[in-house]
Amino acid sequence: MSMPFYVAPEQQMKDKADYARKGIARGRSAVVLQYEGGILLVADNMSRTLHKISELYDRIGFAAVGRYPEFENLRLMGVRFADVRGYQFDRRDVSGRQLANIYAQTLGTVFSESLKPWEVEIVVAEVGDTAAEDEIYRITFDGSIVDEQGFVAVGGSSEHVSNQLKDRFAADAPLSAALNAATHALAHENGEERELEAGNLEVAILERSRQHRKFRRIHGSRLTSLIEEGKRGTAATAAETASDSGDGNGTGDADEADK
Amino acid sequence: MFEGFEGGRMSAAFMSAGTSSFTEFLREVKPDLLPGQHLGSGGAVKAEHLTPDATTIVALTFPGGVLLAGDRRATQGNVIANRDMDKLFRTDEFSAVAIAGSAGIGIELAKLYQVELEHYEKLEGRSLSLEGKANKLAQMVRGNLGMAMQGFVVIPLLVGFDENTEQGRVFSYDAVGGRYEEHRYYSVGSGSVYARGSVKKLYRDDLDETTAIRVALEALYDAADDDSATGGPDLHRKIFPLVDVITEDGHRRISTDEVARLATEVVEGRAADPDGPKARLS
Repeated sequence: MSMPFYVAPEQQMKDKADYARKGIARGRSAVVLQYEGGILLVADNMSRTLHKISELYDRIGFAAVGRYPEFENLRLMGVRFADVRGYQFDRRDVSGRQLANIYAQTLGTVFSESLKPWEVEIVVAEVGDTAAEDEIYRITFDGSIVDEQGFVAVGGSSEHVSNQLKDRFAADAPLSAALNAATHALAHENGEERELEAGNLEVAILERSRQHRKFRRIHGSRLTSLIEEGKRGTAATAAETASDSGDGNGTGDADEADK
Repeated sequence: MFEGFEGGRMSAAFMSAGTSSFTEFLREVKPDLLPGQHLGSGGAVKAEHLTPDATTIVALTFPGGVLLAGDRRATQGNVIANRDMDKLFRTDEFSAVAIAGSAGIGIELAKLYQVELEHYEKLEGRSLSLEGKANKLAQMVRGNLGMAMQGFVVIPLLVGFDENTEQGRVFSYDAVGGRYEEHRYYSVGSGSVYARGSVKKLYRDDLDETTAIRVALEALYDAADDDSATGGPDLHRKIFPLVDVITEDGHRRISTDEVARLATEVVEGRAADPDGPKARLS
């Protein structure tokens, strides 16, 4: 009978974290950001049926990256929790903060107790009555939870995507401009530059002014026209910037390529 | 901290692939929240006045849509329990339910049904078909059979816009969960016999939305006229019937101002002619 090897807890945690990070890095990212009418959720997702973005409750959306069966489990759990709670008390008594906490605790427990951590990173976003009341939470594989301001990216190269997004983010941007910023950031993941089309994107919004349930998917012709509108808008801004300063497209692409 | 949350982990039921039915899920994790669970089966209790009764509901289809209208009165025996009750429930974008019968159970049932449809839609990523919605409601009414035997009868009326056939449809139920599709119009509740007769005489196949609302209001007036448990338009308190319309654009509640305007016309019409509009004989 062989003796089990001793592994220091620090090493164990580090190994698990590395494992989870590597798993998440294999997939594409997702971004969640405010726009003038609410919150926009965008994921780089080829599949039209296996969603990375979904509705949790009336004002609350969910975005996830990583292993599908694992975050799908979390999504089911969130919907069930929210529906039971809303039914038991009142629809207003379901909050993004509760859901984020539950996810954080669940992921934290899995991370510390199971041999294999879950390779997921998720965002819970709640649209408020005003932009100041919007809430965006990012929850990582080890159960850490961060209250983000304005925008957040999750996924393997989330830091990179987040930096790209920072340059173009404006909380009061129209939907097409916000979508353009999100698409731009996702297209420049891993330092590469790709062309993202409607077929690659899963897009949804939490629309502040909407009645009842605020979550709505955007696809088909509406998505295509929004993407086009966003491109035209950026082209116009770029032209303006060019005539103002004589400096080419001030989008930060060149800076990134230099790195 | 949270229900079902033990040792930092959701109880297994929350995470399992399991069912996409909210009712079944609730039965598993919190059966005490299901409608009527707390009432037990005490057969000897004189139960009929434990909860108010909700009364007349009218539904009618028109080209491109369907409408649902309800009076506002709830009664407990011969006492008016509530004058401004809302018996219509938007259950999702393309359906609505109204209840007649035991108000307490009916409201719970409608609320559960609403979550049921939403829950399915969120978990499955698509809505139930209108047939599916109608059958689901039948199952829930059937689940209430025990209560119905004790006197807590709930009769829902379901209207919806069928996105496949692009028309409004009406489904009625009986106390044991029998499901019947109605053509053109229907009415449930204590004043329904009068309302149905009234709609029968005024209904046309080519009604536009506003005229259809007018027909429903005339019918509710007739029901209130002859049934003491149905409330008519209350001009002094400014309490008017509620009207929900569902078309391809989804569910919409008609504004109080609009209903008030049409209801006032109906009342004024009745001042001149108490029996209301006459159907042509030829």
